[in-house]
Amino acid sequence: MVAWNKLKITVHTAETENYLYTNSFDIEGGNFNKAGTIATGIKSILKELGLPNDVVRKSAIVSYEAEINIVSYARKGIVTLTVTSKNVEIDVTDEGPGIPDVELARKQGYSTANQQIREMGFGAGMGLYNIDCYSDKFDISSEVNKGTFLKIIINIP
Amino acid sequence: MKLREVKEILNADVIVGEEKLEMEVKTAFGADLMSDVLAFAKAGSLLLTGLTNTQVIRIANVLDIAAIILVRGKKPQTESLALAKELQIPILTTKYILFETAGRLYAKGIVGCLEQVEDHSAHS
Repeated sequence: MVAWNKLKITVHTAETENYLYTNSFDIEGGNFNKAGTIATGIKSILKELGLPNDVVRKSAIVSYEAEINIVSYARKGIVTLTVTSKNVEIDVTDEGPGIPDVELARKQGYSTANQQIREMGFGAGMGLYNIDCYSDKFDISSEVNKGTFLKIIINIP
Repeated sequence: MKLREVKEILNADVIVGEEKLEMEVKTAFGADLMSDVLAFAKAGSLLLTGLTNTQVIRIANVLDIAAIILVRGKKPQTESLALAKELQIPILTTKYILFETAGRLYAKGIVGCLEQVEDHSAHS
């Protein structure tokens, strides 16, 4: 895992809360056949933990979009899922081209996707926008030619 | 209505899930943009689409979609077929275009899994 992002965002929101689950998953860039398997796994884990359907659904949506982004653009990435009694945190780190203008990339409809990505039904500039819509907190930092880091939090009501 | 009636209304072929035709369905969502399917399709709904790749199957699985209806006579790709069988997600294919497919189901009582999206947000 790249270390550069650790300097930018310190992750310890869940320090004093009860951990229910934490694990990390590797995602391979460019492997479109496997795209979606990590998100599917995350959904199963959250369902088994007995979280509310809405939380499971939101987590599945944001992790699916994040996974598609890694497969589409990055060399590789890691998704870390942390579940506490208060929230689901999904941290996504990739090694890849990075995003020059993250504010622009968050906007609905902005996309740099190629034909292959579009043929799969993605690449319409909805990825980061959907993550924004379905999360309670969404931070993104990126460094060109290094990678991108997403911190996504979904509250458990 | 039962999935069997959906099959009859659409004159559809069942590609996967012959054993699930007694399943009850009430709602549907139709799109070819998978990001919108992720954002708006709801559990237990039919998914009407013209896309046939494995992403459609995985997304249907993640969202607990009841069945996939491939429109415009599309057939699933080989990998998609295998995955749908593995995950036990029914796939039907109809020659009707998306508009006709949706209209014929709506006329018989199937409604959208949501009527319209909210302003400036995809929040559910």
